[in-house]
Amino acid sequence: MIIDFFTYLLKFILVVLLQVLVINSIELNAYINPYIYISFILLLPVTTKPWISLVIAFLCGVVIDTFSSTPGLHIAATVLLAFVRVHYLRLSTTKEDVEGRISPSMSKKGVVWFVFYCFAMTFVHHTFLFFLEIYGFSEFFSTLLRITLSALVTSMLIIIGQLLFYNIKTVNE
Amino acid sequence: MRNLIFFLYKYHAFFLFFVLEVIAFIIIYRFNTYQKASFLNYTHGVANTFYTGISNTKDYFYLRNVNDSLQMENARLRNQLLTSYYQNNVSLTNINDTVYKQQYTYLAARVVNNSVTKRNNYITLNRGSLHGIEPEMGVISENGVVGIVMTVSPHYCTVLSVLNSNCKLSAKIQKNGAFGSLVWDGADPTQAKLLDVNKHVPVAVNDLVITSNFSPIFPEGLPIGKIKTHALDAGDNFHNMKVELFTNFSTVSTVYIIKNLLKAEQQTLEETLQTNQLK
Repeated sequence: MIIDFFTYLLKFILVVLLQVLVINSIELNAYINPYIYISFILLLPVTTKPWISLVIAFLCGVVIDTFSSTPGLHIAATVLLAFVRVHYLRLSTTKEDVEGRISPSMSKKGVVWFVFYCFAMTFVHHTFLFFLEIYGFSEFFSTLLRITLSALVTSMLIIIGQLLFYNIKTVNE
Repeated sequence: MRNLIFFLYKYHAFFLFFVLEVIAFIIIYRFNTYQKASFLNYTHGVANTFYTGISNTKDYFYLRNVNDSLQMENARLRNQLLTSYYQNNVSLTNINDTVYKQQYTYLAARVVNNSVTKRNNYITLNRGSLHGIEPEMGVISENGVVGIVMTVSPHYCTVLSVLNSNCKLSAKIQKNGAFGSLVWDGADPTQAKLLDVNKHVPVAVNDLVITSNFSPIFPEGLPIGKIKTHALDAGDNFHNMKVELFTNFSTVSTVYIIKNLLKAEQQTLEETLQTNQLK
């Protein structure tokens, strides 16, 4: 239990550093702003109690907001993500997943399931975040383009991360 | 009562979600406005010590560019030196100058943190209230206008970059003095829009856009950019213009903060006017 806590703390620090130091500095285009720190929320175990994942999402948002000088934006978007994720997982996980206390990763749930899960969650998060950022619908289509491109890049980066760090073969066993 | 507790327990995730979202929105409302940016003040204390270390490392990679731009600036300043002019005046008398009084002073600063691809971009500089920086001072680079100081902590200040939806600069076209306001549309960090220039004003590509004399923040005539494209939509009273910004926001690393020594005087004068009107 305590080891789990420290592994997740370490993962959290790594993912925040990666977001703040690397991803935020790669300024590709005004339309591509990937936020890969949400992968931390996405990969919490399926058995995590809803209130714990909400609190974690809140803290995660506070940290990211601190480093990107956007008070509240990331908190709101990440808490929404955690809430939607709880319901998404309730619908799409099996009893074995819950009993095995797995993390919903690519190696455990398969490529197709994970790609869909990742893109859907990223899209929810980015939609809320970017519309909140411009605060209104005045630039609707350019914001929509920004959301779509950023969500594609974010989910691509998260999937690449999965391919790098997880062993795909376990799916076939 | 038991039912109520049971109800709360059953939907505790939703209630917690709701409470956390409300907190987030309170933070957004409370701190996102231009004036109440004290959140930034607080968080920048934490984040800045961190970013300073990163920036110190990164600066090494830009030394060549910085040297080049400094050299060019030195050359330009050298051109303005009195010694580079031929003295035609034979009589040498010192005149105590009361006609010219210094209005603007410039303070060099270094960019500690910066972004160009967000919709609302901010820049952090390594100068703060200890160096006499106050909110609403102008910031320029050696090429052109950069932004306006927004919040100040003892050692740092945050700058509302021109690349921000809250930033609206008062600008004019140098050729004919027609004024408008410069805003960024969020797409390209090298371009901004010049709005509110009346359609009867003749404009041409490559016309110079400079700061106007309406704001106490920037001295008149600082370069902002040049007109890249201009069009006149049917039925529109104003030109639709794109301005190519002189400042390269993605590489800007050394800037100057402008202090207007007469700003307090101007503002008190204007405030008395307003209070008189209210009475």
